[in-house]
Amino acid sequence: MSCWDIIADYGLRSIGIGERLLPRSDFTLCHQFTLIGSGLIWNIYFGVLALAFGFVLATALALAKAQANPWLRKPADWFIYIFRGSPLFIQFFLAYEALVLLPRAGFDIFGITVQTAWTTKAWAGALFVLFLNTAAYSAEIFYGALRSVPKGDLEAADAYGLTGWRKFRRVVWPTMLRLAWPAYTNEAIFLFHATTLVFFSGFPAFQQRGDALYYAKFFADKTFNPFIPYPIAAFYFIVLTLALIGLFGVVNRRLNRHLPGARRARLKVRPQIIR
Amino acid sequence: MFDTCADPAALEGLSWFLCYLTSGKHMMFYWSFLIVLALLAVTAPVALGLGFAGALAARARAAPLRWVGKGYTAMVRGVPDIVFFLFVPVALDQGLEWLRHKWKCPDWDAPIRQGNDFLVCAQAKLPLSSSPQIWHDIYGFTLAVVAFAVVFGAFAANVLHGAMAAVPRAQLETAEAYGMTPRQVTRRILIPQMWAYALPGLSNLWMILIKATPLLFLLGVTDIVYWARELGATKSAIYDYPHPDWRVWYFLVLLAFYLGMTSLSERLFRHVSARLARGQATMAGEAMRKARA
Repeated sequence: MSCWDIIADYGLRSIGIGERLLPRSDFTLCHQFTLIGSGLIWNIYFGVLALAFGFVLATALALAKAQANPWLRKPADWFIYIFRGSPLFIQFFLAYEALVLLPRAGFDIFGITVQTAWTTKAWAGALFVLFLNTAAYSAEIFYGALRSVPKGDLEAADAYGLTGWRKFRRVVWPTMLRLAWPAYTNEAIFLFHATTLVFFSGFPAFQQRGDALYYAKFFADKTFNPFIPYPIAAFYFIVLTLALIGLFGVVNRRLNRHLPGARRARLKVRPQIIR
Repeated sequence: MFDTCADPAALEGLSWFLCYLTSGKHMMFYWSFLIVLALLAVTAPVALGLGFAGALAARARAAPLRWVGKGYTAMVRGVPDIVFFLFVPVALDQGLEWLRHKWKCPDWDAPIRQGNDFLVCAQAKLPLSSSPQIWHDIYGFTLAVVAFAVVFGAFAANVLHGAMAAVPRAQLETAEAYGMTPRQVTRRILIPQMWAYALPGLSNLWMILIKATPLLFLLGVTDIVYWARELGATKSAIYDYPHPDWRVWYFLVLLAFYLGMTSLSERLFRHVSARLARGQATMAGEAMRKARA
């Protein structure tokens, strides 16, 4: 069996396309590279969607936290405090156990039955937790950036007669993003790394369709040799991290394009471990 | 625990709960909180030591030592820490058994890796299969501590390396002008000055460490996550204290425990950072000086 056959059989195994059974014996390097790479699809799925939805909620939360009105500020404060102050691992468990308690048959709302079974699946439940978690961390970053928007920029906006939504859209928001971007890049990298926790935290891997680390552990358990699958998983994540840094670097350049060269904040290639 | 708990079926209401929450299994659940605290107490200093050594090595003048230090600090960038948590204990276990195998059974000629098996002679097993269960537990916990220390040591090395680079260059040059040797400059100027710059990073690291402790569960240690799942699961009538699925409540308790831990640490670090800012040529130190004047 050539490597191409293995890739054809197992390349999309993690999303249920191709061979149904996982290999039982004769684990070649090609098997390990293919299946672990196939699992990476889930990491990217969770990371991209949680980041996209989380970005919107984070902006709203940061704005709410910066308000003087306690009815807006307090809920945002508490949300950020709870999700940043507790381990993601516990959040996954808690969410899963809570979702399991929902009635199996679904709710009846005005004659329409709302199904609940899908919420306990990883693709929905874990994504929801990751979305809330990254929203909280990003909101803290955005809040910090919002508070350091230069006073002069705001005064200039006032002088031009910009108010309300237009002032936010044209002045406050772009500046906030520009200031927050290096830290936000870091948060994105952390989020992608955190997606490896999903299938170790209560959410079952349906028909052994798991993420990269799930398959790496599968091989390590089967072959009693951790020295091959884990470095392969590490390799995939390093590539993923470098791709992320490249992508966020492009956005960073665009956000800073109006600034003179010397004042542009270069995105550091070494991600900080500040979270 | 109490005499009244002898017949759980006859209990009701508050006394049922009191007996339930003091049952033997629950005592082990409370005990496992101490395991978490023990992990924190052991890992934090060891990781700080490893990080300190790594940061100093990364600044060393001898190239091989510098490569080791740089490699160690670069290790955790780009790779999820969970990969290391899964990898280090297994790799360490096999490495130790292999060394003991070489030492105890030199005349064993079969290969160690046979197909999908890792085979060492019976005397080389760690711990020996004849040793009591407690040694297996201690060995497992020790491997977990080493895994945590290695990963967080690399994180700490990053922070301390950055802090050392942040100490104003002029301070070190002044020390050199006074005729101090490189070693004296490091010991008398660099290290005492560095802490104020390292503290934000280290406090952040402590928070990450607290939030990483439930991962002990992945390493097979019977920690709070294990007991929360075990105790909370539905108990049918054959148990002394039957109850429906209560796992959600147990995890809420864990959530509250971690929230308490992180906010307590936050308050503590605010005090320490105020103490360290005193007399420093930084914004915080300057603000403190003006406030007093």
